[in-house]
Amino acid sequence: MEKLYDVIVIGGGPAGLAAAISAVENGAKNTLILERDARLGGILLQCIHNGFGLHYFGEELTGPEYAARFSNKVEEMGIEYKVNTMVLSVEDGEMKTVSAINSIDGLMNLKTKSVVISTGCRERTRGALVIPGTRPAGIFTAGSAQRFVNIDGYLPGKKVVILGSGDIGLIMARRMTLEGAEVKMVCEVMDFSAGLQRNITQCLDNFNIPLHLSTTVVKIHGKDRVTGVTIAKVDDHRKPIQGTEKYVECDTLLLSVGLIPENEIANAAHISMDPVTKGPYVNQMMETNVPGIFACGNSVHVHDLVDFVTQSSTIAGKYAALYAQNADSVKEEKQIAIMPGNRVRYTVPQHISVPFDDKTDIMFRVTDSYKNVTIKVYDGSKVLASKRKMVVRPGEMQTIELKTPVSEITGPVTVSCEMEGDSID
Amino acid sequence: MTNESMEKPINMTCIICPMGCALEVTKKNGVFDVKGNTCPRGVKYAEKELTNPTRTLTCAILVEGGKIRMVPAKSSVEIPRDLQKECMEVVKRSKVSAPVKTGDVLIKNILDTGADIIACIDC
Repeated sequence: MEKLYDVIVIGGGPAGLAAAISAVENGAKNTLILERDARLGGILLQCIHNGFGLHYFGEELTGPEYAARFSNKVEEMGIEYKVNTMVLSVEDGEMKTVSAINSIDGLMNLKTKSVVISTGCRERTRGALVIPGTRPAGIFTAGSAQRFVNIDGYLPGKKVVILGSGDIGLIMARRMTLEGAEVKMVCEVMDFSAGLQRNITQCLDNFNIPLHLSTTVVKIHGKDRVTGVTIAKVDDHRKPIQGTEKYVECDTLLLSVGLIPENEIANAAHISMDPVTKGPYVNQMMETNVPGIFACGNSVHVHDLVDFVTQSSTIAGKYAALYAQNADSVKEEKQIAIMPGNRVRYTVPQHISVPFDDKTDIMFRVTDSYKNVTIKVYDGSKVLASKRKMVVRPGEMQTIELKTPVSEITGPVTVSCEMEGDSID
Repeated sequence: MTNESMEKPINMTCIICPMGCALEVTKKNGVFDVKGNTCPRGVKYAEKELTNPTRTLTCAILVEGGKIRMVPAKSSVEIPRDLQKECMEVVKRSKVSAPVKTGDVLIKNILDTGADIIACIDC
């Protein structure tokens, strides 16, 4: 007889590993992790720097150490997994079908009761930026350069310009410097860095690498290999200012210009997407609009700390297991929308499903940097939760816990970031 | 007031956690006065950073005969901040042979800093 899985987890990074472990701990019988790379652990394996796990484990770990905590547990628990395996599609039906392929099993059509999508995110590329110039070798996303250096052991260039001051770009500025490359500068089109302030200190300032704000690359030079870039200052509308162009000699351009949730599989499975997060709409159980298909980690929205990925993925895994055991047990009777209010760009989850009384942590991002704010969660005009924050920044994900039992909420729920002087309507 | 007590405040970012508190440090009569920290670790960091700054060094070392080419590694204790590059020169020349276990010492007492370079994973 064909094997029927309880839960199939797509992606063996931190989200998938936490979801699979949680699924088994919550009673899932046959759980399978499908991972396209050669090892479990995902992008953490190439993040060899430390700073992971402060929230979740209360200690500072490197990326590979954080990943090993979970991949070792997967081994100990005997959870089945397949590496070097590419998932092609997920189809809904009475049982769900996950099509996947690898060089040992060939094409597989695996049947499962529930699915967890944990496919992570991808970096924006040069194509997404539309930088004019030639198309020589030597242009990499910061993440692919990180893989070359940390996994493959090759230094992709010696004189480096980095465009974008996201955390991966900052981490790579330090890493390339320590490996012997000359990092000439980091250019950032905005007038502030989206990266953590501590990374600007320990990755740039400590190595005397200049950060040029309101500056972008307007042209790439070189035929076979990058020979240089032209940079220019930009105005308030991020348009290059004529006359400010400067030529910078380099053989490598690294791009650290943002991450986008990877949802090819989810899109093809007709899962509804939030245009703001670019990930699926989910409820407090991390279930998408397709019953039995759950999503977690960076495929839902880009997190800045893996610790929070672990937390929400644990929830996804738990409910995927409960769905597999009894689909009616997680059947939704009613939906309450969670809306982004003042100064809030998005929330995850985007709605609460009734009648499930689990504590709901609402994750959200603000639209700009603000000081001395109060975060409030409203049910209509009633305040359900509130907390004060000294500083909030768009680059830092915020969380507020909703303790009110779901049965007592009428909705819609709004999350707002309020400042003194806001008018009360 | 002595000259020392009038020293100009130094602005710095605490790097202990992702909060990245903006610190303002003044040295008064040989004692550091730290403002802007939201936890006690900020005071300790500021004092250390201004007297003896240290960092954990993380790196990757070539492995021979293993399933992977590079083993991620880190210093067992923090090393002086300004020795990171010199230590990397030693790391870059190093090779280890598989099998390697998590916590194995790959380079002993690197540049006499008292720190060992240890493996972060099995390979």
